[in-house]
Amino acid sequence: MAINWFKYSAPTTFYGLAGKLIPWFAIFAAILFAIGLYIGFFVAPVDAQQGEFYRIIFIHVPASILSMFLYMIMAGYAALGLIFNTRLSAMMASAIAPTGALFALISLWTGALWGKPMWGAWWMWDARMTSELILLFLYLGFIALHASIDDPRRADRAAALLAIVGSVNVPIIYFSVKWWNTLHQGATIKFGGTSMHVAMQQSLFIMMLACWLYAIAVVLARVRSIILERERNTTWINDLQEVRS
Amino acid sequence: MKKSTMLGLLVLVIRRDLILAMRRRADVLTTLVFFVMVVSLFPLGVGPELSMLRKMAPGVLWVAALLASMLSLGRLFLADYLDGTLEQMMLAPQSLSMLVLGKMTAHWMVSGLPLVLMAPVLGLQFDMAGQALGVLIIGLLLGTPILSMIGAIGAALTLGLRGGGVLLSLLVLPLCIPVLIFGAGAVEAISSGLSIVSHLSLLGAMLVLALVFTPWVTAHALRISME
Repeated sequence: MAINWFKYSAPTTFYGLAGKLIPWFAIFAAILFAIGLYIGFFVAPVDAQQGEFYRIIFIHVPASILSMFLYMIMAGYAALGLIFNTRLSAMMASAIAPTGALFALISLWTGALWGKPMWGAWWMWDARMTSELILLFLYLGFIALHASIDDPRRADRAAALLAIVGSVNVPIIYFSVKWWNTLHQGATIKFGGTSMHVAMQQSLFIMMLACWLYAIAVVLARVRSIILERERNTTWINDLQEVRS
Repeated sequence: MKKSTMLGLLVLVIRRDLILAMRRRADVLTTLVFFVMVVSLFPLGVGPELSMLRKMAPGVLWVAALLASMLSLGRLFLADYLDGTLEQMMLAPQSLSMLVLGKMTAHWMVSGLPLVLMAPVLGLQFDMAGQALGVLIIGLLLGTPILSMIGAIGAALTLGLRGGGVLLSLLVLPLCIPVLIFGAGAVEAISSGLSIVSHLSLLGAMLVLALVFTPWVTAHALRISME
């Protein structure tokens, strides 16, 4: 039996598939968020060193990890779009960017909220925080470049190139910031040495999964609107039930 | 034969761009004056204590150099784009990457090199020591070409867009952060008696990396912008 691997790489078929998948991802994300937050707030014990404040990691850590992963995924889609000239890849890349930027912002925000009681300052020029901030700048650059080019094809390709250059630069930036920081002062805080409670691990894991599902649901919803916008002059869009009514 | 023609092409592009720049000397001077002004504003903003200024000097000079080099990037391809020369360059049988490398080099000679030459004078205003000044110049000599080359990618991507200048800075500045860190870090290291070899080696490595990849990426960006 021959499987058509590229069936869903066309916007025509992917539009319907995404529409069917979104509710599932959204529902599971909501359920997992509820479970994860419940365990995080009520089951997980109070931390010996950090008190109640540590509970912010249940959103902070997933947000940070997602913001980084989403950038690499975005750059991957951008590269696919640039190399194989597929329309959907570029649409996916531009659909991922706002969600990635949002997670980067959440990560910085929650980090600051955690930093104030723990370090006594909203912001430290810590290597990880600084590189997260730069990651947010890279997302904003991608979005701004895409938004300021009117021709969608040129916008896709230009933003794709920027995303690839950015992803090559991310490790260089990360290590330079790290060395810059260690040259100034020693590491401000170290996590090693304390083993996590099981309930904390569970909550963290569930929240991570919930954030992934949320990100997928939102990206799919956004890519559907992008497809509608880009393909508005085609017949299959005008034959859609939701467009007709 | 092939190699000599490539080199000849490079020299030709550099000469052409330098001649064009010399015909419009005001543009070159504006960048330099901007650099001097930004640096001079800092003591007015933070106060005239020499001990503090001495500590801030490398960072201030590097950030100002970064901003000044952003200023002139918009012009890198714009004139050639508007009068159609760029299109002819892309149709030319010679390698577009080589042409781009020539343009980058000329851009650095016009907008980067004057900053490097001006920096020691400004450093003296900040009461920098002689040794630190030397390291600053070496760092700038290694670093400013990288700024021109990374900036060229941004200039090619934003070619002919409205609000291109601000957008260009938004795209390029985050990518230039490593250069800033190691350039200013080298001066700080010598001031506190540490070795500068690692900083300058990393700057050199980035220069080589940029030299190999950026002309090629910029050529791609130009093709995207021109199609």
